Amino acid sequence: MVEAVLADARRQSLWGDAWQRLQRSRMAIVAASLLLLVCALALVGPWLSAYTVAQVDWSQPTLATPPSFANGHWFGTDANGRDLFVRVWIGTRMSLLVAVLATLVSVVIGVAWGATAGYLGGRVDGWMMRFVDVLYALPYMFFVIILTVVFGRSLVLIFLAIGAVGWLTMARIVRGQALALRQREFVEAAIALGLSPATIIARHVVPNLLGTVIVYATLTVPQVILFESFLSFLGLGVQEPLTSLGRLVAEGALEMESSPWLLLVPSAVLALVLLCLNFLGDGLRDALDPRQRR
Amino acid sequence: MAAVSGVSFDVRAGECLAVVGESGSGKTQVLMACLGLLASNGTARGSALFAGKELIGANERELNRVRGTGIGLLSQDPLSSLTPHLRIETLLTEGLVDRGLATRIKARQRALQALAEVDIPEPEARLRQYPHELSGGMLQRVALAAALMCSPQLLFADEPTTALDVSVQARVLELLAKVRDRGAGVLIITHDLGVVAGLADRVAVMYAGRIVETATTDGLFAAPEHPYTAALLAAVPRLHGDAQARLVGIPGDPPQPSARPPGCAFAPRCERAVDTCSESRPELTQCASRNQLGAVQGESGAATTARNAPITAVACHRPLQAAAEIA
Repeated sequence: MVEAVLADARRQSLWGDAWQRLQRSRMAIVAASLLLLVCALALVGPWLSAYTVAQVDWSQPTLATPPSFANGHWFGTDANGRDLFVRVWIGTRMSLLVAVLATLVSVVIGVAWGATAGYLGGRVDGWMMRFVDVLYALPYMFFVIILTVVFGRSLVLIFLAIGAVGWLTMARIVRGQALALRQREFVEAAIALGLSPATIIARHVVPNLLGTVIVYATLTVPQVILFESFLSFLGLGVQEPLTSLGRLVAEGALEMESSPWLLLVPSAVLALVLLCLNFLGDGLRDALDPRQRR
Repeated sequence: MAAVSGVSFDVRAGECLAVVGESGSGKTQVLMACLGLLASNGTARGSALFAGKELIGANERELNRVRGTGIGLLSQDPLSSLTPHLRIETLLTEGLVDRGLATRIKARQRALQALAEVDIPEPEARLRQYPHELSGGMLQRVALAAALMCSPQLLFADEPTTALDVSVQARVLELLAKVRDRGAGVLIITHDLGVVAGLADRVAVMYAGRIVETATTDGLFAAPEHPYTAALLAAVPRLHGDAQARLVGIPGDPPQPSARPPGCAFAPRCERAVDTCSESRPELTQCASRNQLGAVQGESGAATTARNAPITAVACHRPLQAAAEIA
């Protein structure tokens, strides 16, 4: 009987296995579906409306019209008379893009740096982490502003700049984990097998860190979204007529009393994205632990 | 603080040396020192030669030429020594593939062969599994297959049977004997004298970080020299013998590495101890009484040596057999 069950169980890769386990977590699936829906809307949403992102609707009696199905402004218009539905999805698109790319940059640099420092240990670790400490000591903002001033304003630069400062915490977290993993017997066994340090780091150490990395990455995304909105507010980030969720929330907060939908709609989308990312991160962490079987 | 000192032994090709001793006597640390795997707060001094190459103080690069291909390591707990998220296939083949010794396909065939050699049923299916999907006994055999993938000349087996149940132990020991008979040297660490009797050609008994006695296996069981060895043997239950006889334990505990006595470390627990024992430390000296018992001589191909280590020696002021002769 047991034999039969074992034979039936499909042998899959780590990722295939993780995917199966992820599907068993209902919250994670709901979160992933909602996130997909938001992404889809961010991609096609702007075309669903009759208006464009910079178009001012002069036909309305006031510039800031409340949400209404009658006039086609499903989310209302902003203080300049532009359609909020279009602007929210354009903003979501921009925020997600910045968040995902910047997080990716920070994950790649942070994991590589932290795992190398933690695994090699000793003097190399000391120097690598002191370098991180020095960068930590530099004011975040100052660094990004210098980058944008020197290289000019561009979207790519925003990704790089945010990612380049975001990897510091990631490197520290990963380094601590790698330090602990180095003591594990399977890493010792890999050394005893004569594998090169690069192979051991990439194959035996980093995959064991992924749970932590993914959870931290899902926490980095909201930070990046907020950081981007701050940059935009300073005039260094996304420029008009393009927008981002952070910008929309900031602008909406100014009109909170007269036109609350300007704050409520982008905040709701932002909150939804962040919540979904958190649940998805939780689900992924559980799914990626190969020994967790229920 | 010296956890281990003055340890010296050699292993020849096609020979099995067992290192025996209580937990904490420093058995594992000796192996780790040879492979450059000591914890970062540990240092190794002295000399460990493998096929003429010095291992102590060698850099990582030189060590990596010996690790895996020259010396294989089989550890006590296979579940924690096999990386949990990698398939058996990757674990078996990575040593060959990463060194460029074989293509992925060749290495896979070699892995199938290696699994068959250690009597794993359905090797094809096993390659696709993860370590946690196999039983302990099967895993230890997989770990053995992994250690043998690069055909090492010398195998370090660190308590390979401790975590296994008795029936599986026997199979693992058989496989180790097979490895030895094929011409590799085997160094097995154990505190199970049954394992020693069944597998080893020679034995080194360690106590508190020192070798207190070396002997051929037959010699050791027939006529132990060191009181500690004798006490160990007396503590083993026997199948044939007086069923009413009580097993004799050794009173007391081994000393902490930080608080070892200046004389013989075993003196406080030794029935035969005299004043000299706790004052001066006995050196490991060849014992005249047993030299003629015969040594296993193999060709000295693979050998982790401190040269000129005598086959039979004891570190004791009042060895048992010498006393027996006088009496």
